[in-house]
Amino acid sequence: MMVSFFDQFASPSYLGIPNIAVAIALPWVLYPTPPARWINNRLITIQGWFINRFTNQLMLPLNVGGHKWALLLASLMIFLITINMLGLLPYTFTPTTQLSLNMGFAVPLWLATVIIGMRNQPTIALGHLLPEGTPIPLIPVLIIIETISLLIRPLALGVRLTANLTAGHLLIQLIATAVFVLLPMMPTVAILTAAVLFLLTLLEVAVAMIQAYVFVLLLSLYLQENV
Amino acid sequence: MADKPVALAQKRLMDVKLGQLPSWFGTRDFTPNGLLGSVRGGYERYYNKYINVKKGGIGGVAMFLAGYIALSYLWEYDHIKHDRWRKYH
Repeated sequence: MMVSFFDQFASPSYLGIPNIAVAIALPWVLYPTPPARWINNRLITIQGWFINRFTNQLMLPLNVGGHKWALLLASLMIFLITINMLGLLPYTFTPTTQLSLNMGFAVPLWLATVIIGMRNQPTIALGHLLPEGTPIPLIPVLIIIETISLLIRPLALGVRLTANLTAGHLLIQLIATAVFVLLPMMPTVAILTAAVLFLLTLLEVAVAMIQAYVFVLLLSLYLQENV
Repeated sequence: MADKPVALAQKRLMDVKLGQLPSWFGTRDFTPNGLLGSVRGGYERYYNKYINVKKGGIGGVAMFLAGYIALSYLWEYDHIKHDRWRKYH
């Protein structure tokens, strides 16, 4: 059987049950519902603090109509960041490396922002297709360009998340393989490579969090234009 | 001193004698609702013992994640056993 570096991204299943089902359900277990108490346990306090800060920050640029999206955007952020971070543990499967999942998030949410804009304020929504202060001869070309840019947003959202996570995991596996192979032959080079691997793992932790944040931030931006 | 006679269905797993194990299994509730109830019960027992405590630390979550890693390894073993240290010879 031909072993390749991409085998880690094949959706695994065991006894007919796909692992992705457990991997997607796991974030729900890690965030218990806060009971109606004055002071909760440490886990819930930390989680509550983080979620409150993040939602506050996200809702700043949105008007009151956009605040209806607070629950959706906050839960999306928590979901993505947990899944990304859990995927960095050894032997686990990261659902967000599957393009299908990310497109499943990106397309409906982006489409929702566009439809909301077109229904509630069609003039303003269409007006976004022409930036202010463009020279008159450029107007037709620019409208076409802006339309293409609008239509490519869901693709960009989904592919950005997929590509970043897939590339990170692949790099980790490549460099780890290099360390193992070099260890008997050139130990010094292997140790240097191991240092690179350590730094890369730190980078991956950061990327996991940043990519989730970027996804939700861009969505809120698209919402801000349209709501 | 002899233990008070308790009905088999109400005994916990650790109190059941080995010979009574099959009949104890027969008294358990394997309907979907029953399975859900046992999962929820297990979750709450773990939560109240390790997380919902006054000075909970990283141990509660760390044990859970370690179990998740072990479970993932078990589930992917069939796939991982083909891994080689050098992918391309």
